[in-house]
Amino acid sequence: MVDDEHELVSALAERLSFRGIDADWVSTCNDAIKRLDYKLFDVAILDVKMPKMSGIDLKRALQKKCPTMKFIFMTGHGSQEDFKDCCEEAGAGYYLIKPVDIEALINKIKKVLKI
Amino acid sequence: MNLGTGIIGETGLQYFGKMSALISHEIKNVLAIINENAGLLEDYTMMAEKGMPIDSKRLKTASGRIMAQIQRAECIIKNMNKFAHSVDENIRAIDLSEVIDLVVALSAKFVSMHNVKIELNPTLEQVSITTSPFFIENLLWRCLNFSVDSIGQGETIGIMLEETEKGAEIKFTGIQDIGASQPDSFPGDAEKALLKTLKAEVKTDLMCGELRLSFPKDITK
Repeated sequence: MVDDEHELVSALAERLSFRGIDADWVSTCNDAIKRLDYKLFDVAILDVKMPKMSGIDLKRALQKKCPTMKFIFMTGHGSQEDFKDCCEEAGAGYYLIKPVDIEALINKIKKVLKI
Repeated sequence: MNLGTGIIGETGLQYFGKMSALISHEIKNVLAIINENAGLLEDYTMMAEKGMPIDSKRLKTASGRIMAQIQRAECIIKNMNKFAHSVDENIRAIDLSEVIDLVVALSAKFVSMHNVKIELNPTLEQVSITTSPFFIENLLWRCLNFSVDSIGQGETIGIMLEETEKGAEIKFTGIQDIGASQPDSFPGDAEKALLKTLKAEVKTDLMCGELRLSFPKDITK
């Protein structure tokens, strides 16, 4: 999970781990890219608007390193433009508006992993 | 499409929309953090009910985060309220240091998205002028936007305020590549219209990497 609001992703990751999902979090795009050097993930949950790099650019960078990884975007913006861009990148339905409902997020994770 | 509001009306509406979007994004982030940490407290409660031991430090961290976000929301809403009231009167006496603080606070997320820092140099002192609060905020935002676009990631924009004989001067400093990408883009039509309304002037100093705005003491005179 990548979001510059670390109080958000750290809590969300802990809540996912209570529900049996092994979740890790970082608050910068650079850390996310570095993390893939020593750990592989099934899904990345990315904030759309982050400093230095957008969530969409980060998705492309992560996908180069790990082509099998799936993606879910989350944003506080919810503009039509964001929605269109994220749907084009991750597929319609893999886009969540903050605040995120934990059960809705788990359903998205299951859906994207086809489990 | 031209809405018939004139360039001042259009730039004003654009500014209002941009600020509203930035503010709502910030509030959404605050609500999201409160939501997750309240959810975490709920999870801990359920675990405790099942007889699992809970570290009190974890409870303290989650509740502390909620309290901190409530403070953050209070600050955002206070600034939103100041911004909304800037259209109450077309012209009034304002403290420019307060206006700069407000524009910088409202733009904080936009600036951090571009990985740029703002430094108020030195701590701004009170300089009072009589002008249009909303249009001066709009012009400062456009200057800040231009400055952010002109400098590289990780750089710092300095903002200085000085009282002058005729009124006041605001300097944006540290913009080494000022207008390098689009040398004729600033001031554009919107900035020119705002400058005219505010009876203000802008000068860009390519050598020093500075943008200087000068304002009269009283635009009604």
